[in-house]
Amino acid sequence: MSDVSTAGILAKTIGFSLLLTLVFTLTTLLLPQVEGEAPVEQEVDLSSMTMDDFVVLGEDLFNKKGTCILCHKPPPLGRAPDVQGMNMEAVTKERLADARYKGVAKDVESYLRESMVDPGKYVVAGWGKKGTNDTVSPMPAIDKAPIQLSTMEMDAIIAYLQAKDGIEVTVKLPTPEAAAEVTAAAPASAPAATASAATVDEALAKYACAACHSMTSKDVLVGPGLSDVGARLSMEEIRQSIIDPNAVIAEGFQPAMPADLAAKMTVKELEMVVKYLAEKKQ
Amino acid sequence: MSNNSMQTASCSRLLLWFSLFVALLFGSGGMNLVYAADTGVASSSLQERIAPVGRVQVDGQEPIPQAAVSKVRGEKPELIVAPRPSRGDYPDIGISSRAVVWVLAQMHLFFGALVLAVPLFVLVIEFMGFKTGDERYDVMAHEFMKISLTGFSITAIFGGSLALALFVLYPDFMGYMMHVFGAQWLVYAGLFFLESFFLYTYYYGWNAMRYGNLKWVHLTLGLLLNASGMTIMVLANSWATFMMAPSGVNEVGAVIGNIWEIMKGPLWNPINLHRFIANIAFGGAVVGAYAAFKFLSTRDPEKRAHYDWMGYTSNFIGILAFLPLPFAGYWLMAEVYAYSQQMGITAMGGILAWLFIVQAVLIGTILLAGNFYLWSGMSRTEGSVRYQPLIKYIAFVLVICFLTWVTPHTLILSASEIAELGGSHHHVLGPLGIMPAKNIAVNLMLIATFLSFQLYRRSDKVATVSWARAGNALLVAIYVVAMVNIIFLGVYYGYFTNTVYKVGSSVAQVGSTLVVIVAGIVIDSLMFKNAKTLPSHWGKIPDRSQYALFALPIAFTWLMGLMGYVRSSVKTHWHVYTVMKDNSPDNFIPTIGYAGNMITIVTVLFLLFVLFMFWIANLSATKQPKPVAISEGGVA
Repeated sequence: MSDVSTAGILAKTIGFSLLLTLVFTLTTLLLPQVEGEAPVEQEVDLSSMTMDDFVVLGEDLFNKKGTCILCHKPPPLGRAPDVQGMNMEAVTKERLADARYKGVAKDVESYLRESMVDPGKYVVAGWGKKGTNDTVSPMPAIDKAPIQLSTMEMDAIIAYLQAKDGIEVTVKLPTPEAAAEVTAAAPASAPAATASAATVDEALAKYACAACHSMTSKDVLVGPGLSDVGARLSMEEIRQSIIDPNAVIAEGFQPAMPADLAAKMTVKELEMVVKYLAEKKQ
Repeated sequence: MSNNSMQTASCSRLLLWFSLFVALLFGSGGMNLVYAADTGVASSSLQERIAPVGRVQVDGQEPIPQAAVSKVRGEKPELIVAPRPSRGDYPDIGISSRAVVWVLAQMHLFFGALVLAVPLFVLVIEFMGFKTGDERYDVMAHEFMKISLTGFSITAIFGGSLALALFVLYPDFMGYMMHVFGAQWLVYAGLFFLESFFLYTYYYGWNAMRYGNLKWVHLTLGLLLNASGMTIMVLANSWATFMMAPSGVNEVGAVIGNIWEIMKGPLWNPINLHRFIANIAFGGAVVGAYAAFKFLSTRDPEKRAHYDWMGYTSNFIGILAFLPLPFAGYWLMAEVYAYSQQMGITAMGGILAWLFIVQAVLIGTILLAGNFYLWSGMSRTEGSVRYQPLIKYIAFVLVICFLTWVTPHTLILSASEIAELGGSHHHVLGPLGIMPAKNIAVNLMLIATFLSFQLYRRSDKVATVSWARAGNALLVAIYVVAMVNIIFLGVYYGYFTNTVYKVGSSVAQVGSTLVVIVAGIVIDSLMFKNAKTLPSHWGKIPDRSQYALFALPIAFTWLMGLMGYVRSSVKTHWHVYTVMKDNSPDNFIPTIGYAGNMITIVTVLFLLFVLFMFWIANLSATKQPKPVAISEGGVA
């Protein structure tokens, strides 16, 4: 009895296998091609930020970095109360008055903040962790890993949740000082080259200010001497001349100062340098 | 040189090697000591710093008091947080580091799964042969071992390459993992020696320990081979599950627990179970392809009968292990949700959710191929005519459920199409896109597959017990009630209550499916005890049925690649979830198309290596005929 051609069988089976593999590959190519990007640190210009911008930032954080939207969806898809669809002022009143409430919040703002950092203080009936009889919340503390929102970012989300209900936004816009604190407290994950200078002398050395400006006299090197700059310019003007050095150029000088200097500085460094220069009045 | 001096020299060399070995083995302990001393650099004096290392004394100064040494020795080791590498800390080799690790890891896992699974069912088959006295089982078990033997070496080659790639491309991450798992790595490496010992004695001792008490020795070797293999697997699983849900470390990654607390994270056992079952299904499918190829390659009725039986057994192993797999997967996902709801939603409802459409295509392929093979196999027995009319109904249920499963929730449409449709969800088909519909579909598909399997098993038997009629009626009632229950639970709790109840109801659905499977097995075992057996003709099966045995391993391989991608991607931009961020250029979840291409590359590579493995297995049985000498005059 003659055997069949092994080569022929091999070709058929390999061909069949490759064809099937191709079908699976094509299925993946027909589906939406979305990349899941790692969170990118965004630079926000706090000096020009309005409350409307802050609310928009909060909505963006709610939907993206904060990943709140993964659970807080309208029924029947949600896995947590639909906070976007509720009036948080009315809901907060009810919850703070509930005997099961274990927190210390007094108003909408403090309740929302407390819910984000310690969600177990009040577990909405029906939404607790399975098997805990609504005593344990499945929500992670969002100031901790993996979400790790900063205080400022949580404030933005609170602003958004207040604004969408038309109630008064009680959180304050972040100040540069507060932002500086955030920068200083940030984990040391940033590359060493961008670490914030600890003192003003370090900042001046880091950005080589003295290469063009004398700090101790009025002598002109490349740019004007800065020993009396605090007497000539206000803090705002000094800040502007660093952020946008070519907006106003001192008489008799060429626009030689780097335009991207402020972009390279941290908020803390900028404020330290501005404050230092504003005090130079001799 | 005298004998004595030679012996002394030889002893000295031996001692030197032994010292080197001991130094290497315990090197890390010594390094810890140096490190502990270094941690006090800022505040300690020169003497304090050098003292613990070698108790060196600075020239002209007083000897260092012993107390200084014991103080450092007695210090509690400082907690070391997880590293925070910046992008520049990742070596750039010009191609994606992730892609390199992806291919190597997946190949290692494919072969690892195969060589862990094959000895497992080989041992069971060998035991069956021993108990029944049917030598065919023994021959088949030996053949299964023969064809997978090269797989052990291939697994080791890819494992070594993977380790090398990880150490070179992700040095900080690997440094941290070495620090966390410590001596467990040595245990892992040591187990390979044990596994190799049992593997070779088991395989090469097969014929030497074939009968009587020696067979028990051989079976014990097989058991120990499986025990060492399983231990290797669960140790390696602990690294993967630690990366997903770290335990035994604090929130900045510093080790605060012992090795057991580190290993026994919340996902360890679900992964252990899931991989254990999946490996068996995968292994069964791969050796089934070998049998199918051999079946198609011959016209010899005896060989065809042998390879038909071998293919049937492989398919039986593959599908039987596959049936409980969704339940193990369900447990795993439930634990993922319990550990981190965010991680669970990333997998099931977030960016990775689309992958489950592909998963549906793959599992649908597996179930359809498995069923098709069973239906084709009915042609082997004359008694199958009783059940053949049912096949069209089973096929109908399978196809409807398959289509439901692959129906997407949100359609990708242009603006005009959305306007025409009245939204991105189709008003009739839209509800089929969400999980309750999928749960109904997958449970009914499993029940239909079990029914095919049950009918096949019954086709060469006629029950002789008096209660056969009542037993059949009971079985039909169980099928009907279970199917109605699955549909009711899915529709009512899936569409008319909130998500919490929806998830809860799926447990009851799975329970219904399990009741059918368990009841089916129990009733049939009792009903067909001492049943009349009808003639069965091995080898009498259409050639086209064998392609189902090729479809199974291809779909299984692809499915493993896909689910591995999901398991790894739910960590998003973390090497170790919540404690060590991934700052490499590849710290994003790639598109599903990219993942599809990668999975296809590894599947094709695996196919080529498996062909090599089979070829080697056949090569050992090939003998070149002795050349016939040719005389000078050209006449032999």
